[in-house]
Amino acid sequence: MEQAKGAAVVIIGGGVTGLSAGWWLARSGVDVLVLEKSIVGWEASGRNGGGATHVYSPFGLEEQRLWPQMDELLGYPTEHQPYRIGVALSEAQLALARRWAEIGETRGFKWELLDRQQLKELVPIVGDNAIGGTYLHFGGHANPQRTVQAYAWALQDHGGRILQHTTVTGLTMRGGRVTAVETTQGAFGADTVVIAAGPQTGLFADMLGVSLPLAPARVEMIATEPLPLMRHGGVGGNGLYGRQTLRGNLVYGGGPHEWINVPDMASPDHPNTPLVRNLARRLAELLPGAAHLRVIRAWGGIVENTPDGLPVIDRLSSPDNVILATMSSVGFGLSPAAGKGISELVMHGRCLFADLSALALSRFADTPPDWRERAGWIPTNASVAETAAGGSL
Amino acid sequence: MTVDKRSIADKAPRPERHVAVVVVGAGAAGVAAAIEAARAGVEVLLIDENPVDNDMMAMDVPLYFGQRMQPSVRNRALMMERVVETNPALAEAHEAGVDVQLGTYVWGAFVNGPTVRELPGPMLGLADDRRSWLVGYDRLIVAAGARDVAIGFPGWERAGAMGANGAVSLLTRYRALGSQRMVIVGSGDLGLRTAALALESGVAVAGIVEVTNAVRGDEEIARSLASRGVPFYTAHTIREARGRVGEIESVVLVQIDGNLKPVPGSEREIACDTVCLALGLAPNVEILHLVGAHLVFDSGLGGWIPELNDQMQTSVPAVFAAGDCTGVHDGMLADPEIARKQGRLAGLAAAQSLGLAPNIPLPRWGRGPQFELSGAAARRGLSRSEGAVHTHWQTWLQSLINAGGLDVNICQCEEVTRRELVDVKPPRYLKWESPQMEARSLDTMLRDGPVNQDQIKRLTRAGMGPCQSRRCREQVGLLLAQAAGTSIDRIPLPSFRPPIRPLPMNVLWPADEPAAMREDWVSWFGIPTQFSPHWEAGMAIAEPTAQTRLILSDE
Repeated sequence: MEQAKGAAVVIIGGGVTGLSAGWWLARSGVDVLVLEKSIVGWEASGRNGGGATHVYSPFGLEEQRLWPQMDELLGYPTEHQPYRIGVALSEAQLALARRWAEIGETRGFKWELLDRQQLKELVPIVGDNAIGGTYLHFGGHANPQRTVQAYAWALQDHGGRILQHTTVTGLTMRGGRVTAVETTQGAFGADTVVIAAGPQTGLFADMLGVSLPLAPARVEMIATEPLPLMRHGGVGGNGLYGRQTLRGNLVYGGGPHEWINVPDMASPDHPNTPLVRNLARRLAELLPGAAHLRVIRAWGGIVENTPDGLPVIDRLSSPDNVILATMSSVGFGLSPAAGKGISELVMHGRCLFADLSALALSRFADTPPDWRERAGWIPTNASVAETAAGGSL
Repeated sequence: MTVDKRSIADKAPRPERHVAVVVVGAGAAGVAAAIEAARAGVEVLLIDENPVDNDMMAMDVPLYFGQRMQPSVRNRALMMERVVETNPALAEAHEAGVDVQLGTYVWGAFVNGPTVRELPGPMLGLADDRRSWLVGYDRLIVAAGARDVAIGFPGWERAGAMGANGAVSLLTRYRALGSQRMVIVGSGDLGLRTAALALESGVAVAGIVEVTNAVRGDEEIARSLASRGVPFYTAHTIREARGRVGEIESVVLVQIDGNLKPVPGSEREIACDTVCLALGLAPNVEILHLVGAHLVFDSGLGGWIPELNDQMQTSVPAVFAAGDCTGVHDGMLADPEIARKQGRLAGLAAAQSLGLAPNIPLPRWGRGPQFELSGAAARRGLSRSEGAVHTHWQTWLQSLINAGGLDVNICQCEEVTRRELVDVKPPRYLKWESPQMEARSLDTMLRDGPVNQDQIKRLTRAGMGPCQSRRCREQVGLLLAQAAGTSIDRIPLPSFRPPIRPLPMNVLWPADEPAAMREDWVSWFGIPTQFSPHWEAGMAIAEPTAQTRLILSDE
């Protein structure tokens, strides 16, 4: 195959993790190329709730440190907003909200317990069904669509390259290393390859004879018409994640996911189901003062999970110039720190600011091949699996 | 087999009713389809959203009503009477045994596919002004009509700027058009017929504006309008609409030269309360898109339309389509019999595919030029618009840009101007400024790939408002095509997402949630280790549900 212009580091996947890693590399002066099958951030990276409150993670402290600087570092708006408020409609929900707050406290962050009256002062559209809540003086949220584009543009501003509409079809191995990435636009030579391809990351690992257990699933969100801005948009609870955007829309997701199969490298469909009605109900319960607002949009996204729900960020031993990166369905908020960590894995062989041993692939060495079936993480309604959309003929 | 109880398995919503054939839209095509299928012995549910709730109309949903509804549209009972009495075919459908549900919105269409497998079958999301529900079907016939294509000008945010289909709907179905004197923009058959209808209804027509050098529509109607004193302004475009705060009281026209540039000193202010945009129609393909029917671009038929076989069947075997939503042209305005024929064929074909209709050979009508035409349409050979309507819309857009500039809202809901769109500016409320952002534009984006309307929408917010891009979808596409120097058919179809009618949460929500939906609900997967602190290995957090208490593994 004809050799196109390669790069020191080729990143497979223009999602938020790959773009952030590419941006950190480019701003360190590394020659980087991102290969994206469609448009940057087109899948779950640009379709999520925008939450940035993951202090439990090895990347958590760096996530909290970086987000307030991201607009300036990138040169483009991310709409990052600090603070989170947890609304509880039951004692069990309050206990969960407190647990989140206390994890933050362990890491040195402040929070307050709110009674209903205090909660209503901060979030006027909560109702009398709320029993209280938590006010986190940490965490926050940002606009995923704006942020993924910001990473992409900033990466280019630092001399990195992005090829959209370029599907990776294979990996060229020579001397125990991946020497080139084969695509629909030619083969690109690489010294190091980062595979950050979301649900398809496992398919690439397969090409290298490496087993990366991943189960893809479809999830859904809804958005309402705008309402006047509240003091903090980061309000969650009642089994929902989401936020009020800076435009004023309420944007929320949650509830049952659907396990699916991703058979190939193509962009999967991400339709909605009648679950949007249930989402509307949960949101109206969470924020009764907004129950009259109109739902103007819904969407779906495909995410992948490892068996323990934690990321795999690891440099393979063989081939030894490949880094696998899946954030296991929780990638957006952690992306500033995860991308930085991956860039350090590339440049220094290890993450300098955090211990990533908990995210090593080796923890799944004994995971049986049928783990998805055992966990029930597979499509259950096989009878319609091969039916064309809507067709019952 | 193990089932993940946090997943949708075993708790997918079931429709509250199942019908053999559902027909969406009670216009000429839909009613004809429903009657034909019912007469073949099939159970048929015919759904139509009229009378549309006043609040929905005020959002320019589903048509561009431009706030020119009379207060009487708030009287639901009266409007229901009018919708029934102005559509005599509904009574015929009722007699044929069709279950007719009026005032009912279709807000969603859900089917199984590669990434959805848990639905018990294909279903529609329906709603009235109080609640939503789900209806399953064996066959779906979509006869959802067409919608006005709008192109903005300074002042088009004011009450009184509206679409011709919106005006026709208010004049005919509702008899509630709140307009005294209108200027019509566009002299094709749509504009001329709207003008004639307005005059018959006692609305003065203060002028018909046409960007090209000659009247485009039916000469006979044009002569009749002229004889009744309607002035035609060919080679003109709109400079602006003026009036008190929020209202249109006059419109300023300007003559244009051969390069579509305004001729200095040729401005003419015409008093009117309504500017009726009759530029053309776009087929309503939202439902067809949601069920996964293959859509193709045909400019002569209004843009994106479903690919159909000669029995009005889409690429999704259970779904048929008929009428304006399958492609609209002047011949169909002239002769509603075309839509009826399409509807009858779709109804019969749907019934036969269920094995329930007598096995008579289906006529091979199809939709295209082979269609038999009658009356005026046949005389003029109007099987479809000659040439491409999008080229004509581009001419309008260019003239309006030349006369009114780029600092005109292209998206009213989100207040995005044409300039902001082509500069790919973040929304104004972010007050963002940086040299990096300044250097970005549509041109720089084109270096990374072909123009994609959904991507521009995410960045500029054009099309993300409550009208669900009904007023801006086509003009955003036209402007992007023009700015990118590409042909509009090369821009991928911007996506449609449910709910395709903006419904309040307390209408959309289900009263009938399965118990498991509530009991097993978690915000994110419910994997116990997913959010456990990394420094407390083995610590697990489980979200509480109605049944289980908060579980911490160290308790």
